[in-house]
Amino acid sequence: MAWTRDEMCARAAQELEDGFYVNLGIGMPTKVANFIPDGMDVNFQSENGMLGMGSFPTDNEVDADLINAGKQTITETPKSVYFDSAQSFAMIRGGHINMSILGALQVAENGDLANWMIPGKMVKGMGGAMDLVAGVKRVVILMDHNAKDGSAKLLKECNLPLTGAGVVDDIITELGLFRIGEGGVHIQELAPDVSVDEVRERSEATIVTQ
Amino acid sequence: MSKKVYADAKSALDGLLHDGMTILAGGFGLCGIPEHMILAVRDSGVKDLTIASNNAGVDDFGLGLLLQTRQVKKMISSYVGENKTFEAQFLAGELELEFNPQGTLAERCRAGGAGIPAFYTKTGVGAIIAEGKETKEFDGQTYVMERGLTGDLAIIKAWKGDKAGNVVFRKTARNFNAPMATAGKVCVVEVEELVEPGELEPDGIHLPSIYTHRIFQGQDFEKRIEFRTVSEA
Repeated sequence: MAWTRDEMCARAAQELEDGFYVNLGIGMPTKVANFIPDGMDVNFQSENGMLGMGSFPTDNEVDADLINAGKQTITETPKSVYFDSAQSFAMIRGGHINMSILGALQVAENGDLANWMIPGKMVKGMGGAMDLVAGVKRVVILMDHNAKDGSAKLLKECNLPLTGAGVVDDIITELGLFRIGEGGVHIQELAPDVSVDEVRERSEATIVTQ
Repeated sequence: MSKKVYADAKSALDGLLHDGMTILAGGFGLCGIPEHMILAVRDSGVKDLTIASNNAGVDDFGLGLLLQTRQVKKMISSYVGENKTFEAQFLAGELELEFNPQGTLAERCRAGGAGIPAFYTKTGVGAIIAEGKETKEFDGQTYVMERGLTGDLAIIKAWKGDKAGNVVFRKTARNFNAPMATAGKVCVVEVEELVEPGELEPDGIHLPSIYTHRIFQGQDFEKRIEFRTVSEA
């Protein structure tokens, strides 16, 4: 049984550590915040200028001046602090953020990441993704193992424009947890009843077992 | 009365606008955008603008209004995903676009405002945005050179300001407003509340008055919310 999306998020949350400063990407990575293990203290950074991001507001708490990087309304927490965009990216580029969990279009076995552009289609932009992968200590990718058309996303080389070269540390998909390492993509953990053969069939990258 | 204080957006921008100019516009999404000055720029009819702003607004609010009137020649942004007018004009070749990673755009403004003409960063190394740019090795790692950015005019939104030009922002509406304010040859600030000098706590001022050339209090801010997400009470 492959992991559900909630199980993928819960697995990603287990990679967090007490006291970590973490930046979550837009989409599925945002939901990792719902699965923080009890008793663990994690500070979420929102790159538009906030540390200590809280959950969505109730109707009467909504504040137009308080949004996350996905432009959604949020709340503050007792530890919240606000700052400008240059300060925010000084934290990111200066290596002060412990972990970033991001989505991906493609990941290559050398750690190259493509997640911002599909040529020929409308290009929305990279936002803060290039800064995050270049500066954050550990980059964890949370993505579906295959594209909607079934094609592999875990590749020998990315063919989409890169967000960063050699920047990915770990990948979590519905099939398991994988780590970029010597000789390719190393299986760290498989979802229940998922076989190494299935991972190999559904990937183009070189899959290394322990 | 301070010479920096103006009655409204139109008078505050009087004499500052010309065709082909570069404008730095604060805000992130629709949060903390200088909504009154965007309207005044639109109404002035000035055209062929280069606008540096993290986003391009939505079709009918924020910088999207200047796209609708085709006053913009080029955008310098990190993310333009929420705007159909932008998409149509870009795909038709009517609008130039320079993508900057968000941190690079912020740092370009910070550097530009601090008199730093260029800097090196790891962001974008190996990506197409680094093509044609100088790279250099430091301590065994490759960095790409990015230029400091200045503009003819910075249009900035803040929460409170005093008549001397000291400014306080509110929550995540600070974003690009602070670095862009420093990078404009002229910086005009619109505030929700204009107070007398001395009323703001000197230790709590986010933007010192030296960067503010003109300031005015806007009336009836819309402060539109892009994605209203709520939880159950």
